[in-house]
Amino acid sequence: MTDVTIVPTGTANLASVRAAFDRLGAGVTLADTPEAVEAAPRVVVPGVGSFGAAMDTLVGNGTAGAIERRVASDRPTLAVCVGMQLLANCSEESDGIAGLGVLDQRVRRFGEGVRLPQLGWNQVTPSDSSRFLTRGWAYFANSYRIEKVPDGWSASFADHGGSFVAALERGAILACQFHPELSGAWGGEILARWLSATEGVG
Amino acid sequence: MLATRVVPCLDIDDGRVVKGIRFQGLRDAGDPVESARLYQDQGADEIVLLDVSATPQGRAHNLEVVSSVRRVLSIPLTVGGGVREVEDAGRLLDSGADKIGVNTAAVRRPELIAELSRRFGAQCTVLAVDAASRDEGWEVVIRSGTERTGLDVVEWCRKAVAQGVGEILLTSWDRDGTGDGYDLGLIEAVASAVTVPVVASGGARSPEHLVAAAGAGASAMLVASILHDGVTTVAELKNGLIRAGIVVRP
Repeated sequence: MTDVTIVPTGTANLASVRAAFDRLGAGVTLADTPEAVEAAPRVVVPGVGSFGAAMDTLVGNGTAGAIERRVASDRPTLAVCVGMQLLANCSEESDGIAGLGVLDQRVRRFGEGVRLPQLGWNQVTPSDSSRFLTRGWAYFANSYRIEKVPDGWSASFADHGGSFVAALERGAILACQFHPELSGAWGGEILARWLSATEGVG
Repeated sequence: MLATRVVPCLDIDDGRVVKGIRFQGLRDAGDPVESARLYQDQGADEIVLLDVSATPQGRAHNLEVVSSVRRVLSIPLTVGGGVREVEDAGRLLDSGADKIGVNTAAVRRPELIAELSRRFGAQCTVLAVDAASRDEGWEVVIRSGTERTGLDVVEWCRKAVAQGVGEILLTSWDRDGTGDGYDLGLIEAVASAVTVPVVASGGARSPEHLVAAAGAGASAMLVASILHDGVTTVAELKNGLIRAGIVVRP
Protein backbone atom coordinates (compact mmCIF):
# COMPACT_ATOMS: atom_id res chain seq x y z
CA MET A 1 0.00 0.00 0.00
CA THR A 2 1.24 3.48 -0.84
CA ASP A 3 0.98 5.90 2.04
CA VAL A 4 3.48 8.47 0.85
CA THR A 5 4.53 9.56 -2.63
CA ILE A 6 7.90 11.30 -2.96
CA VAL A 7 8.55 13.64 -5.90
CA PRO A 8 12.25 13.29 -6.82
CA THR A 9 13.76 16.75 -7.32
CA GLY A 10 16.80 15.26 -9.03
CA THR A 11 19.31 15.94 -6.27
CA ALA A 12 17.65 15.05 -2.98
CA ASN A 13 18.70 12.68 -0.18
CA LEU A 14 15.90 10.31 -1.16
CA ALA A 15 17.27 7.35 0.75
CA SER A 16 17.13 9.26 4.05
CA VAL A 17 13.56 10.44 3.46
CA ARG A 18 12.50 6.94 2.47
CA ALA A 19 14.23 5.38 5.51
CA ALA A 20 12.38 7.79 7.84
CA PHE A 21 8.97 6.72 6.47
CA ASP A 22 10.03 3.06 6.43
CA ARG A 23 10.75 3.30 10.15
CA LEU A 24 7.16 4.54 10.65
CA GLY A 25 5.83 1.58 8.67
CA ALA A 26 4.56 3.80 5.82
CA GLY A 27 4.72 2.52 2.24
CA VAL A 28 6.70 4.82 -0.07
CA THR A 29 6.62 5.26 -3.85
CA LEU A 30 8.23 7.80 -6.17
CA ALA A 31 6.29 9.90 -8.69
CA ASP A 32 7.66 12.03 -11.53
CA THR A 33 4.51 12.67 -13.54
CA PRO A 34 1.77 15.26 -12.91
CA GLU A 35 -0.88 12.50 -13.00
CA ALA A 36 0.81 10.52 -10.23
CA VAL A 37 1.26 13.66 -8.11
CA GLU A 38 -2.44 14.53 -8.59
CA ALA A 39 -3.59 11.03 -7.70
CA ALA A 40 -1.41 10.52 -4.60
CA PRO A 41 -3.07 10.68 -1.17
CA ARG A 42 0.06 12.29 0.33
CA VAL A 43 2.99 13.93 -1.44
CA VAL A 44 6.47 14.78 -0.15
CA VAL A 45 8.69 17.33 -1.93
CA PRO A 46 12.14 16.67 -0.45
CA GLY A 47 15.09 19.00 0.09
CA VAL A 48 18.79 19.20 -0.90
CA GLY A 49 20.02 20.81 -4.11
CA SER A 50 19.69 24.36 -5.33
CA PHE A 51 16.40 26.23 -5.90
CA GLY A 52 17.03 26.58 -9.65
CA ALA A 53 18.08 22.96 -10.21
CA ALA A 54 15.08 21.60 -8.30
CA MET A 55 12.63 23.94 -10.14
CA ASP A 56 14.16 22.85 -13.47
CA THR A 57 13.37 19.22 -12.69
CA LEU A 58 9.80 19.91 -11.53
CA VAL A 59 8.96 22.22 -14.44
CA GLY A 60 10.63 19.82 -16.89
CA ASN A 61 8.48 16.85 -15.94
CA GLY A 62 5.32 18.86 -15.30
CA THR A 63 5.02 18.03 -11.60
CA ALA A 64 5.45 21.73 -10.66
CA GLY A 65 1.87 22.55 -11.66
CA ALA A 66 0.50 19.48 -9.90
CA ILE A 67 2.27 20.37 -6.63
CA GLU A 68 1.02 23.96 -6.88
CA ARG A 69 -2.59 22.74 -7.34
CA ARG A 70 -2.27 20.35 -4.38
CA VAL A 71 -1.12 23.11 -2.07
CA ALA A 72 -3.71 25.59 -3.39
CA SER A 73 -6.48 23.07 -2.65
CA ASP A 74 -5.04 22.02 0.73
CA ARG A 75 -4.36 18.39 -0.15
CA PRO A 76 -1.82 16.61 2.13
CA THR A 77 1.65 17.78 1.11
CA LEU A 78 4.95 17.88 3.00
CA ALA A 79 7.71 20.12 1.63
CA VAL A 80 11.22 19.87 3.09
CA CYS A 81 14.08 22.42 2.98
CA VAL A 82 14.46 23.47 -0.68
CA GLY A 83 11.06 21.82 -1.18
CA MET A 84 9.59 24.47 1.14
CA GLN A 85 11.48 27.29 -0.60
CA LEU A 86 10.09 26.18 -4.00
CA LEU A 87 6.61 27.15 -2.74
CA ALA A 88 7.72 30.82 -2.63
CA ASN A 89 7.71 33.32 -5.51
CA CYS A 90 11.49 33.26 -6.06
CA SER A 91 14.85 32.92 -4.33
CA GLU A 92 18.06 34.94 -4.13
CA GLU A 93 19.82 31.62 -4.73
CA SER A 94 18.66 31.42 -8.36
CA ASP A 95 17.97 34.84 -9.89
CA GLY A 96 15.28 35.00 -12.54
CA ILE A 97 13.74 31.61 -11.78
CA ALA A 98 10.10 31.58 -10.68
CA GLY A 99 9.00 29.37 -7.80
CA LEU A 100 5.55 27.82 -7.42
CA GLY A 101 4.21 31.07 -5.98
CA VAL A 102 1.86 29.59 -3.38
CA LEU A 103 3.73 31.39 -0.60
CA ASP A 104 3.83 35.11 -1.35
CA GLN A 105 7.46 35.44 -0.24
CA ARG A 106 10.95 35.88 -1.60
CA VAL A 107 13.57 33.46 -0.21
CA ARG A 108 16.64 35.36 0.97
CA ARG A 109 20.18 34.53 2.09
CA PHE A 110 20.95 34.72 5.83
CA GLY A 111 22.62 37.97 6.89
CA GLU A 112 26.29 38.56 7.76
CA GLY A 113 27.86 37.44 11.02
CA VAL A 114 26.90 33.76 11.01
CA ARG A 115 28.67 30.80 9.47
CA LEU A 116 26.92 29.58 6.31
CA PRO A 117 25.59 27.15 5.39
CA GLN A 118 23.65 26.78 8.64
CA LEU A 119 24.63 23.14 9.27
CA GLY A 120 23.44 21.59 12.47
CA TRP A 121 20.81 21.57 15.19
CA ASN A 122 18.79 24.61 16.10
CA GLN A 123 15.91 25.06 18.53
CA VAL A 124 12.45 25.45 17.03
CA THR A 125 9.66 27.35 18.80
CA PRO A 126 6.33 26.21 17.41
CA SER A 127 3.34 28.39 16.73
CA ASP A 128 0.62 28.07 19.41
CA SER A 129 -1.72 26.67 16.79
CA SER A 130 0.74 24.12 15.41
CA ARG A 131 -0.78 20.70 14.71
CA PHE A 132 2.46 18.96 13.85
CA LEU A 133 5.36 20.57 15.76
CA THR A 134 6.41 20.63 19.40
CA ARG A 135 9.27 22.62 20.90
CA GLY A 136 12.50 20.82 20.07
CA TRP A 137 15.81 20.61 18.21
CA ALA A 138 15.75 20.35 14.42
CA TYR A 139 18.53 19.62 11.93
CA PHE A 140 19.03 22.39 9.36
CA ALA A 141 21.23 22.51 6.23
CA ASN A 142 20.57 25.81 4.46
CA SER A 143 21.98 29.20 3.48
CA TYR A 144 18.63 30.71 2.44
CA ARG A 145 15.39 31.12 4.37
CA ILE A 146 11.98 32.79 4.55
CA GLU A 147 11.76 35.59 7.13
CA LYS A 148 8.08 36.60 7.20
CA VAL A 149 4.85 34.68 7.58
CA PRO A 150 2.63 34.64 4.49
CA ASP A 151 -1.08 35.37 5.06
CA GLY A 152 -3.14 32.37 6.06
CA TRP A 153 -0.26 30.26 7.42
CA SER A 154 0.85 29.54 10.96
CA ALA A 155 4.60 29.69 11.50
CA SER A 156 7.24 28.16 13.78
CA PHE A 157 10.53 30.00 14.23
CA ALA A 158 14.24 29.45 14.90
CA ASP A 159 17.16 31.88 15.18
CA HIS A 160 20.41 32.05 13.20
CA GLY A 161 21.72 35.61 13.40
CA GLY A 162 18.06 36.68 13.55
CA SER A 163 14.66 35.04 13.56
CA PHE A 164 13.59 33.00 10.52
CA VAL A 165 10.68 30.75 9.56
CA ALA A 166 11.44 27.13 10.51
CA ALA A 167 8.10 25.71 9.41
CA LEU A 168 4.75 26.76 7.95
CA GLU A 169 1.44 24.93 8.30
CA ARG A 170 -1.99 25.28 6.77
CA GLY A 171 -4.46 22.44 7.14
CA ALA A 172 -2.86 19.29 5.72
CA ILE A 173 0.13 21.19 4.32
CA LEU A 174 3.39 21.18 6.26
CA ALA A 175 6.48 22.98 4.96
CA CYS A 176 9.70 22.55 6.98
CA GLN A 177 12.92 24.48 6.46
CA PHE A 178 14.62 21.81 8.61
CA HIS A 179 14.93 18.12 7.77
CA PRO A 180 12.39 16.13 9.85
CA GLU A 181 13.87 12.91 8.40
CA LEU A 182 17.22 13.83 10.01
CA SER A 183 15.92 15.37 13.23
CA GLY A 184 16.06 12.26 15.39
CA ALA A 185 13.07 11.04 17.41
CA TRP A 186 11.57 14.56 17.48
CA GLY A 187 11.56 14.69 13.66
CA GLY A 188 10.08 11.19 13.44
CA GLU A 189 7.20 12.30 15.68
CA ILE A 190 6.45 15.21 13.33
CA LEU A 191 6.26 12.84 10.34
CA ALA A 192 4.06 10.44 12.35
CA ARG A 193 1.67 13.26 13.34
CA TRP A 194 1.45 14.46 9.73
CA LEU A 195 0.72 10.90 8.55
CA SER A 196 -2.01 10.31 11.11
CA ALA A 197 -3.60 13.78 10.74
CA THR A 198 -3.83 13.33 6.96
CA GLU A 199 -5.26 9.81 7.07
CA GLY A 200 -8.11 9.72 4.57
CA VAL A 201 -7.85 13.48 3.87
CA GLY A 202 -6.25 13.25 0.40
CA MET B 1 20.96 29.46 18.32
CA LEU B 2 22.85 26.77 16.47
CA ALA B 3 24.21 24.06 18.78
CA THR B 4 27.85 22.91 18.77
CA ARG B 5 27.88 19.34 17.45
CA VAL B 6 29.55 16.17 18.70
CA VAL B 7 30.15 13.86 15.75
CA PRO B 8 31.36 10.26 16.12
CA CYS B 9 33.49 9.12 13.20
CA LEU B 10 33.55 5.53 11.99
CA ASP B 11 36.60 4.67 9.89
CA ILE B 12 35.57 1.69 7.78
CA ASP B 13 37.83 -1.00 6.32
CA ASP B 14 36.39 -4.11 4.73
CA GLY B 15 32.98 -3.55 6.34
CA ARG B 16 34.32 -3.13 9.90
CA VAL B 17 35.00 -0.09 12.07
CA VAL B 18 38.76 0.32 12.51
CA LYS B 19 41.00 2.82 14.25
CA GLY B 20 44.73 3.47 14.14
CA ILE B 21 47.20 6.13 15.16
CA ARG B 22 48.09 8.68 12.46
CA PHE B 23 46.07 6.48 10.06
CA GLN B 24 48.42 3.49 10.58
CA GLY B 25 48.25 0.25 12.57
CA LEU B 26 44.48 -0.17 12.10
CA ARG B 27 42.77 -2.33 14.71
CA ASP B 28 39.22 -3.68 14.71
CA ALA B 29 36.80 -1.45 16.61
CA GLY B 30 33.40 -3.03 16.00
CA ASP B 31 30.41 -3.30 13.69
CA PRO B 32 29.40 -0.08 11.86
CA VAL B 33 25.63 -0.51 12.31
CA GLU B 34 25.87 -1.34 16.02
CA SER B 35 28.32 1.51 16.63
CA ALA B 36 26.20 4.05 14.71
CA ARG B 37 23.08 3.01 16.61
CA LEU B 38 24.86 3.14 19.98
CA TYR B 39 26.28 6.61 19.36
CA GLN B 40 22.93 7.91 18.07
CA ASP B 41 21.31 6.66 21.30
CA GLN B 42 24.05 8.42 23.30
CA GLY B 43 23.07 11.73 21.66
CA ALA B 44 25.37 11.97 18.62
CA ASP B 45 24.43 14.91 16.38
CA GLU B 46 25.63 13.29 13.17
CA ILE B 47 27.70 10.28 12.09
CA VAL B 48 30.69 10.37 9.74
CA LEU B 49 31.63 7.23 7.80
CA LEU B 50 35.06 7.25 6.15
CA ASP B 51 36.09 4.33 3.98
CA VAL B 52 39.78 4.57 4.82
CA SER B 53 41.01 1.91 2.41
CA ALA B 54 38.96 2.99 -0.65
CA THR B 55 41.49 5.52 -1.99
CA PRO B 56 44.67 3.53 -1.16
CA GLN B 57 43.08 0.48 -2.83
CA GLY B 58 41.80 2.60 -5.75
CA ARG B 59 38.15 1.54 -5.33
CA ALA B 60 34.81 3.21 -4.63
CA HIS B 61 33.06 3.36 -1.26
CA ASN B 62 31.35 0.32 0.20
CA LEU B 63 27.66 1.18 -0.50
CA GLU B 64 26.32 -1.77 1.47
CA VAL B 65 27.70 -0.34 4.72
CA VAL B 66 26.19 3.09 3.93
CA SER B 67 22.70 1.73 3.34
CA SER B 68 22.70 -0.51 6.39
CA VAL B 69 23.85 2.35 8.62
CA ARG B 70 21.21 4.65 7.06
CA ARG B 71 18.40 2.28 7.95
CA VAL B 72 19.05 2.69 11.69
CA LEU B 73 19.95 6.41 11.68
CA SER B 74 17.49 9.29 12.04
CA ILE B 75 20.34 11.84 12.20
CA PRO B 76 22.58 13.12 9.38
CA LEU B 77 25.19 10.88 7.80
CA THR B 78 28.32 12.22 6.12
CA VAL B 79 30.21 9.76 3.94
CA GLY B 80 33.72 10.05 2.53
CA GLY B 81 36.37 7.87 0.98
CA GLY B 82 36.90 7.02 -2.68
CA VAL B 83 34.74 9.85 -4.12
CA ARG B 84 36.36 10.80 -7.45
CA GLU B 85 33.40 11.78 -9.65
CA VAL B 86 29.96 13.36 -9.25
CA GLU B 87 28.47 9.92 -9.98
CA ASP B 88 30.29 8.43 -6.96
CA ALA B 89 28.61 11.06 -4.79
CA GLY B 90 25.22 10.39 -6.42
CA ARG B 91 25.51 6.69 -5.56
CA LEU B 92 26.36 7.51 -1.93
CA LEU B 93 23.36 9.87 -1.65
CA ASP B 94 21.13 7.19 -3.18
CA SER B 95 22.46 4.75 -0.58
CA GLY B 96 21.66 7.04 2.35
CA ALA B 97 24.35 9.71 2.71
CA ASP B 98 23.25 13.30 3.41
CA LYS B 99 26.64 14.96 2.95
CA ILE B 100 29.63 13.91 0.85
CA GLY B 101 33.25 14.25 1.90
CA VAL B 102 36.06 14.59 -0.65
CA ASN B 103 39.76 14.57 0.09
CA THR B 104 42.47 13.10 -2.18
CA ALA B 105 40.46 13.41 -5.42
CA ALA B 106 39.77 17.12 -4.76
CA VAL B 107 43.51 17.77 -4.34
CA ARG B 108 44.27 15.94 -7.59
CA ARG B 109 41.37 17.56 -9.48
CA PRO B 110 40.00 20.67 -7.68
CA GLU B 111 37.16 21.12 -10.24
CA LEU B 112 35.46 18.15 -8.53
CA ILE B 113 34.41 20.53 -5.72
CA ALA B 114 32.54 22.92 -8.02
CA GLU B 115 30.94 19.98 -9.85
CA LEU B 116 29.61 18.51 -6.59
CA SER B 117 28.49 21.86 -5.24
CA ARG B 118 26.60 22.83 -8.41
CA ARG B 119 24.75 19.53 -8.44
CA PHE B 120 24.08 18.89 -4.75
CA GLY B 121 24.65 22.28 -3.13
CA ALA B 122 27.33 23.62 -0.78
CA GLN B 123 25.49 22.20 2.26
CA CYS B 124 26.14 18.71 0.85
CA THR B 125 29.78 19.24 -0.15
CA VAL B 126 32.33 18.63 2.62
CA LEU B 127 36.08 19.02 2.17
CA ALA B 128 38.04 16.58 4.30
CA VAL B 129 41.56 17.89 4.90
CA ASP B 130 44.34 15.95 6.58
CA ALA B 131 46.86 18.44 7.96
CA ALA B 132 50.45 17.69 9.02
CA SER B 133 52.37 20.41 10.84
CA ARG B 134 55.55 21.71 9.26
CA ASP B 135 58.05 24.43 10.16
CA GLU B 136 55.58 27.10 9.19
CA GLY B 137 51.88 26.23 9.37
CA TRP B 138 50.41 22.99 8.09
CA GLU B 139 50.70 20.97 4.91
CA VAL B 140 47.92 18.95 3.22
CA VAL B 141 48.62 15.20 3.18
CA ILE B 142 46.63 12.74 1.07
CA ARG B 143 46.18 9.02 0.46
CA SER B 144 45.56 8.38 4.17
CA GLY B 145 48.59 10.47 5.10
CA THR B 146 51.05 8.56 2.94
CA GLU B 147 51.69 11.42 0.51
CA ARG B 148 52.69 15.04 1.22
CA THR B 149 51.38 17.61 -1.26
CA GLY B 150 53.26 20.83 -0.44
CA LEU B 151 49.86 22.61 -0.29
CA ASP B 152 49.32 25.02 2.59
CA VAL B 153 46.23 23.93 4.56
CA VAL B 154 44.76 27.40 5.09
CA GLU B 155 45.22 28.36 1.43
CA TRP B 156 43.68 25.08 0.28
CA CYS B 157 40.65 25.56 2.54
CA ARG B 158 40.12 29.14 1.31
CA LYS B 159 40.30 27.99 -2.30
CA ALA B 160 37.93 25.07 -1.71
CA VAL B 161 35.33 27.31 -0.05
CA ALA B 162 35.50 29.69 -3.02
CA GLN B 163 34.80 26.65 -5.23
CA GLY B 164 31.65 25.76 -3.25
CA VAL B 165 32.60 23.66 -0.22
CA GLY B 166 30.04 24.10 2.60
CA GLU B 167 31.94 22.49 5.48
CA ILE B 168 35.53 21.58 6.33
CA LEU B 169 36.37 18.38 8.17
CA LEU B 170 39.79 19.29 9.49
CA THR B 171 41.91 16.41 10.76
CA SER B 172 45.27 16.89 12.44
CA TRP B 173 47.41 14.03 11.14
CA ASP B 174 49.85 14.65 14.01
CA ARG B 175 47.15 14.23 16.66
CA ASP B 176 45.01 11.47 15.04
CA GLY B 177 44.45 8.62 17.47
CA THR B 178 46.94 10.01 20.03
CA GLY B 179 44.57 11.47 22.63
CA ASP B 180 46.84 14.52 22.93
CA GLY B 181 43.99 16.96 22.30
CA TYR B 182 42.95 18.78 19.12
CA ASP B 183 45.49 20.99 17.33
CA LEU B 184 43.99 24.31 18.47
CA GLY B 185 46.31 26.45 16.36
CA LEU B 186 45.20 24.59 13.26
CA ILE B 187 41.50 25.02 14.10
CA GLU B 188 41.97 28.75 14.78
CA ALA B 189 43.91 29.29 11.58
CA VAL B 190 41.28 27.63 9.38
CA ALA B 191 38.15 28.80 11.23
CA SER B 192 39.29 32.42 11.01
CA ALA B 193 40.13 32.10 7.30
CA VAL B 194 36.75 30.74 6.13
CA THR B 195 33.06 31.46 6.87
CA VAL B 196 31.79 27.89 6.51
CA PRO B 197 31.58 25.58 9.56
CA VAL B 198 34.81 23.79 10.57
CA VAL B 199 34.69 20.32 12.13
CA ALA B 200 37.73 19.66 14.35
CA SER B 201 39.22 16.17 14.23
CA GLY B 202 42.19 14.31 15.67
CA GLY B 203 43.37 13.96 19.24
CA ALA B 204 40.26 14.05 21.46
CA ARG B 205 40.54 12.30 24.81
CA SER B 206 38.51 14.35 27.30
CA PRO B 207 35.53 16.75 27.42
CA GLU B 208 38.07 19.53 28.06
CA HIS B 209 39.61 18.86 24.65
CA LEU B 210 36.19 19.40 23.04
CA VAL B 211 35.61 22.58 25.02
CA ALA B 212 38.99 23.92 23.85
CA ALA B 213 38.22 23.08 20.20
CA ALA B 214 34.88 24.89 20.38
CA GLY B 215 36.70 27.86 21.92
CA ALA B 216 39.16 27.83 19.01
CA GLY B 217 36.28 28.22 16.56
CA ALA B 218 35.14 24.67 15.72
CA SER B 219 31.41 24.30 14.94
CA ALA B 220 31.60 20.56 15.60
CA MET B 221 34.07 18.08 17.05
CA LEU B 222 34.81 14.64 15.66
CA VAL B 223 35.49 11.82 18.13
CA ALA B 224 36.46 8.23 17.44
CA SER B 225 38.96 6.22 19.52
CA ILE B 226 37.64 7.28 22.94
CA LEU B 227 34.12 6.16 22.01
CA HIS B 228 35.20 2.92 20.32
CA ASP B 229 37.35 2.03 23.33
CA GLY B 230 34.56 2.83 25.77
CA VAL B 231 36.65 5.51 27.53
CA THR B 232 33.66 7.86 27.44
CA THR B 233 30.25 8.38 25.82
CA VAL B 234 28.77 11.12 23.64
CA ALA B 235 26.51 12.02 26.58
CA GLU B 236 29.48 12.52 28.92
CA LEU B 237 31.26 14.67 26.34
CA LYS B 238 28.13 16.79 25.88
CA ASN B 239 27.78 17.21 29.64
CA GLY B 240 31.32 18.59 29.70
CA LEU B 241 30.40 21.09 26.98
CA ILE B 242 27.23 22.12 28.85
CA ARG B 243 29.24 22.68 32.06
CA ALA B 244 31.52 25.00 30.08
CA GLY B 245 28.48 27.02 28.93
CA ILE B 246 28.53 25.75 25.34
CA VAL B 247 25.13 25.23 23.69
CA VAL B 248 24.55 21.62 22.61
CA ARG B 249 21.47 19.65 21.64
CA PRO B 250 20.51 17.88 24.89
